[in-house]
Amino acid sequence: MLETTALPRKATLSPPLDTRHQVETPEGIDLPLRPAGLMVRAVAFSIDLALRGLILGLLFIVLAFLGKLGAGLGSILLFIVSWWYMVLFEVLNQGRSPGKQCMGLRVVQDDGTPIGWSASLLRNLLRFVDMLPFGYFLGAISCLQHPTFKRLGDLAAGTLVIYREHPLTRPQLPDVEPRRPAVPLTLVEQRAILGFAERQRELSEARINELASILAQPLHLPASGSVVELNAIARGLLGPA
Amino acid sequence: MKQSLFESRHKAEWERFSLTLDSLERGRKTSRTGSFPGDYRRLCCQLALAQERGYSSFLIDSLQQQVLRGHQQLYRHRSQLGANALGFILADFPRLVRAQWRFVLAASLLFFGSLIGFALLVYLFPDLVYNLIPVEQVSQMQSMYDPDGGHLGRSAERAASEDWVMFGYYIMHNIGIAFQTFASGVLFGLGSAFFLVYNGLMIGAVAGHLTQIGYGQTFWSFVIGHGAFELTAIALAGAAGLQLGWALIAPGRLPRVEALRLAARKSVLLICGVMLFLLIAAFIEAYWSSMTAPAPTTKYLVGALLWMLVALYLLFAGRTRHAPE
Repeated sequence: MLETTALPRKATLSPPLDTRHQVETPEGIDLPLRPAGLMVRAVAFSIDLALRGLILGLLFIVLAFLGKLGAGLGSILLFIVSWWYMVLFEVLNQGRSPGKQCMGLRVVQDDGTPIGWSASLLRNLLRFVDMLPFGYFLGAISCLQHPTFKRLGDLAAGTLVIYREHPLTRPQLPDVEPRRPAVPLTLVEQRAILGFAERQRELSEARINELASILAQPLHLPASGSVVELNAIARGLLGPA
Repeated sequence: MKQSLFESRHKAEWERFSLTLDSLERGRKTSRTGSFPGDYRRLCCQLALAQERGYSSFLIDSLQQQVLRGHQQLYRHRSQLGANALGFILADFPRLVRAQWRFVLAASLLFFGSLIGFALLVYLFPDLVYNLIPVEQVSQMQSMYDPDGGHLGRSAERAASEDWVMFGYYIMHNIGIAFQTFASGVLFGLGSAFFLVYNGLMIGAVAGHLTQIGYGQTFWSFVIGHGAFELTAIALAGAAGLQLGWALIAPGRLPRVEALRLAARKSVLLICGVMLFLLIAAFIEAYWSSMTAPAPTTKYLVGALLWMLVALYLLFAGRTRHAPE
């Protein structure tokens, strides 16, 4: 995992390899947000579209029994569902319309704060332009060429569609005797070793050995048994050695 | 300090913070809101320490998640809407319209210019109307405003439910048009200009044609009341759209995206006022304009009053600073 930490002071941050978007908070913390791309947003929109169709269908069946009053209510409901469905869900449900909720997305402001009424109204009004000339053509182009995948509505409203964070589970480190490293470690090396130990459960045997041999060389570890050595160092970094 | 020591030292604190976050996110009140900013900043400090000391990704990532959640609770964009709706209606909206007078003027010229111009043209050269509107629609329009047909004269026997139908229809149709006029302004203002001129031409054609064939009385007495709010609202929506477009054409010293964002923040307020206008217009259209009991003179009088009201409101409301409070 690429980190922008532990760089010498005044060094410029290198742009991350993935599409993470760093937001600096007033406390001087860089919060990484993960913007969602075109495909997953398109799927989320399709779900919303289907759901809206379903709601309208059901309502019209019910309203058909009410006659004239139903027709009046029907057009108001059509208006609300077609223009306000997204706005209401985004503002009242922490930036998540049902489709976005299904796909694990949410809308936030550029600076990571929750979306408000005016921003949400704006981004959903400009959806009309994103849909021009047909099938989200302009929106898709804008989304594909923007580093954080914004469509025109997002650009004007200053909003961002991001992946929601999932709670993490604590990784189990291999059970070995902790020890000190033979050479002093830089912070990057330290993080690499810890990352190696934490992610070991998810990797195959061959891959573990391959990674260990890469790490072994700068740390002056013997080639054979370097996996155990690395795990021991990781343990040592975490707790008493 | 080793990571395990660091974790065990702050663990209780993090768990407490997480509980506070949970209840804040659900909108419940907690006793710990007072100390929340302090707790949040201490967490930020701990995250910075953890990063600086090269602790493991699991710890840093989970701290980052907590900080993000805390950030979303602590920092919010204060909503300019909703907070004081009354202040907005009484002062801020007309003030905003006056502040944007250039766009309002441009949009009004486009809209009312094409409306009046084309109405006069159609009045003088009656065949022009068929260039714009298909024959069937024209005849449908004619039967609607036919003084003898009485389609508008649903007068006494017209049920309240029918008013409802029209109210709903007007809301949907008109606010939809206003939204389109606004949103398409982001295409360098061209979309807004198009919708302004197009709607102006359509309305102008209908008005000119109906007056020319002698249905003027029914038509004008019907539209004059709600027109005050409806036509002004369309022009204002166009002005908001033109403002978006102008931010892209001439962003000044800002990057275009930034200029667009700032312009959009203002214009969305205009749109809120437009929606209010259109709600009023739909109400008048469904419940007053469709009444046939009052004599046309009364309708003209009320219509003129409404136009004056709109003009006075936009020109003078909120001139004194603390009037609304």
